[in-house]
Amino acid sequence: MIVAASLVLIVLFSVAFHLVSPWWWTPIASNWGYIDTTLVITFWITGAVFTAVVLFMAWCVFRYRHKPGRVAHYEPESKRLEIWLTALTALGVAAMLAPGLVVWNRFITVPDDATEIEVVAQQWFWSYRLPGADGQLGSSDVTWISADNPLGLNPHDRFGADDVVIDGGDLHLPIGKPVKVLLRSVDVLHDFYVPEFRAKMDMVPGMVTYFWFTPTRTGEFEVLCAELCGTGHGYMRGYVLIDEEAEYEAWLGEQLTFAGLPAGKEVQVANTAEPIGGSDP
Amino acid sequence: MSSVSEDPDTGIPPAEVPDLPPPHAHGFWSRWVFSQDAKYIALQYSGTAIAIGLVALVLSWLIRMQLGFPGVFDFISAEAYYQFITMHGMIMVVYLLTAIFLGGFGNYLIPLMVGARDMVFPFVNMLSFWVYFLAVVVLAASFFAPGGPTGAGWTLYPPQAILSGTPGGTQWGIVLMLVSLILFIIGFTMGGLNYAVTVLQARTRGMTLMRMPLTIWGIFTATVMALLAFPALFVASVMMLFDRLLGTSFFMPALVEMGEQLSYGGGSPIVFQHLFWFFGHPEVYIVALPAFGIVSDLIAVHARKNIFGYRMMVWAIVIIGALSFIVWAHHMYVSGMHPYFGFFFATTTLIIAVPTALKVYNWILTLWRGDIHLTLPMLFALGFIVTFLNGGLTGLFLGNVVVDVPLSDTMFVVAHFHMVMGVAPIMVIYGAIYHWFPLISGRMLSHRMGLIHFWVTFIGAYAIFFPMHYVGLVGVPRRYPDISASFVPDSVATLNAFITVAALTVGAAQMLFLFNVAWSLARGRKAGHNPWRAASLEWQTPEVPPRHGNWGEELPVVYRWAYDYSVPGAPRDYIAQDDPGHRASWSHVP
Repeated sequence: MIVAASLVLIVLFSVAFHLVSPWWWTPIASNWGYIDTTLVITFWITGAVFTAVVLFMAWCVFRYRHKPGRVAHYEPESKRLEIWLTALTALGVAAMLAPGLVVWNRFITVPDDATEIEVVAQQWFWSYRLPGADGQLGSSDVTWISADNPLGLNPHDRFGADDVVIDGGDLHLPIGKPVKVLLRSVDVLHDFYVPEFRAKMDMVPGMVTYFWFTPTRTGEFEVLCAELCGTGHGYMRGYVLIDEEAEYEAWLGEQLTFAGLPAGKEVQVANTAEPIGGSDP
Repeated sequence: MSSVSEDPDTGIPPAEVPDLPPPHAHGFWSRWVFSQDAKYIALQYSGTAIAIGLVALVLSWLIRMQLGFPGVFDFISAEAYYQFITMHGMIMVVYLLTAIFLGGFGNYLIPLMVGARDMVFPFVNMLSFWVYFLAVVVLAASFFAPGGPTGAGWTLYPPQAILSGTPGGTQWGIVLMLVSLILFIIGFTMGGLNYAVTVLQARTRGMTLMRMPLTIWGIFTATVMALLAFPALFVASVMMLFDRLLGTSFFMPALVEMGEQLSYGGGSPIVFQHLFWFFGHPEVYIVALPAFGIVSDLIAVHARKNIFGYRMMVWAIVIIGALSFIVWAHHMYVSGMHPYFGFFFATTTLIIAVPTALKVYNWILTLWRGDIHLTLPMLFALGFIVTFLNGGLTGLFLGNVVVDVPLSDTMFVVAHFHMVMGVAPIMVIYGAIYHWFPLISGRMLSHRMGLIHFWVTFIGAYAIFFPMHYVGLVGVPRRYPDISASFVPDSVATLNAFITVAALTVGAAQMLFLFNVAWSLARGRKAGHNPWRAASLEWQTPEVPPRHGNWGEELPVVYRWAYDYSVPGAPRDYIAQDDPGHRASWSHVP
């Protein structure tokens, strides 16, 4: 009796907690409302299964608890019942998987008009790079990294000259424009994570990873690292500010380009002298 | 073999090899230290696993104290916090759960349940334990090494695991961790070969594969899986040890650490992740399948009913075991691997939910129209079903690739895997201890203390991990010693403090359990022969507790499956497996 009642209470508590507790996801600030929708579908299906199964179990415990004289029913298996249950479960699973895969396909298909920007992680802070007027990011490599060239931009690549380098500051992005975020780490694994954007991806030294999104709401959003990256992991924070177009342009105008940095001096020369590459220093 | 013919009435084949009782040890060392009796080795394995598990329990208190009351405990620095979570995770997954299910329950139950006198290679079995013991000593030593244990997280991802930004990365911590894992795998391989060969070769006459209790099916399948999965961790550990000590670059790309160019180059951190999870995901089922098997038997015995759909249950175990080898990269959806992998691994992962769900249904259908005795093993089995169902369902969030994106690396993941592979298997371990303690010791555990232990553990654990999902849903990342952030409302801190109080309470209840074991060993009610009136073979030994060699003069002969409970027309509500009497009414009874 107490056992059956406790099982019912667990179900009631869980459902009530889900419905009335104040803890829910942050208001979304990107185009990934599809992800939230898939999540809600999953909550409904799994919640219904949990409620039904535990309540049925509670009823069994109540109805078939031992009493003197009770004898268990003898029925080793029931093919029909098992086939029905398998089919129903497969249906429920498909109802979650199908929208999930459709949304995943969108998630990994970057629109052609997305602007490429770069986030660079290192222990334990964030830096950013935006393409300049040419709309292209210059090449980079960890071997170029020095005190003067913190992000390791290739000083011989003319595409890098006008790149905006934000070393340790906040990132600004204009609202409503799709962005392909290229992710690079110079030391260990990190993960660029802004809860309101819903998207995240690990940053792996030696390769460039990415995700894309479109900001849909202006404001200031905290950046966290979501992949344990050493002692300072919990304090590796930053901010992304989503601006209206005009504010964004104003902010962009104040930023330094790579050519303006000490290590970028060369690139100016190289830029005027030869189109690409140039001689080694 | 062609000369072997079956008895026409019973279908029992004659013995193929003579029954040789194992030689008994007489000296102190060979009896009590380097024992070759599987039952004694089982207790050594379990005792060591529980001892190191207590360290993990204390670490979990420290973790929760920091999270619930950040800044109050000065001695928990960020470094210490990462060391605590790393060691807690590694101990629980490998050194406690794997060791106790396979080394503990496997050793105790396999020979008894299949009707063997011992494991087939008793000497190797003894070595297996002592290598495991050495692995635990090396692991524990890292707490005292300069720089302390590694704080790389239990996943030990390179490059950070062997760099200076991580506690123990360039000191002793990571080296001792990897050496300990290598030793563990060597020890396990010796034990695992034993368990598999014993199940395949040493079953008594009449014990066909499809008459084995599900406990044995679970442990056997998990053992075969472990023999295939652990080698991936073994090579990954050896390679990372080379990267750390010899300067190779298996997993190390060119990188700049704190402004300094390191001499590594050309390796891939993602390769380590693939190797780790090729082990790591089957590992979840290496822990879960024995739990599935054991809980099936607990439910059948204590509901006085055959397990519902036995053949389906066997196949579900085997299918889950096989599928679990092609789902590993669902741990890596946001690792930066090729995004097309997401389609494949999400599909395989959600397919595995079907046989798993079927098992849950069959446990409950076993209760349905049963004669449910609410004994302690049954209570823990019910607790297992609730927590496993809950944790399994949240797995459908994380397995469905795009839903995983916002949730991965948040507290939602922590809540999910603690519910499904922490609380749920531990519920089964407790249920199993309450169930088999009378066989092992000849005495019953105190029911009253057991009730307090059950309710506090079950309700408490649910109160810890159910709300924790919502902390993750808010967006709080895992592995943060302090969760405050601009998007986290203050109320989450209150919830975290509540979770901490629940965790400390649940921890205290485990002390009551240890006291119950100690007290009952000395003063517990005498259990007598087969106190639960169970049909399976381990309860039919001539002496309780069973002696070395298990079966006295003659090996038992098996005439039926392990689930003949409440058979219509039978004189009692169970028929033991070695009872040649009353034929079952069901034509498919194996």
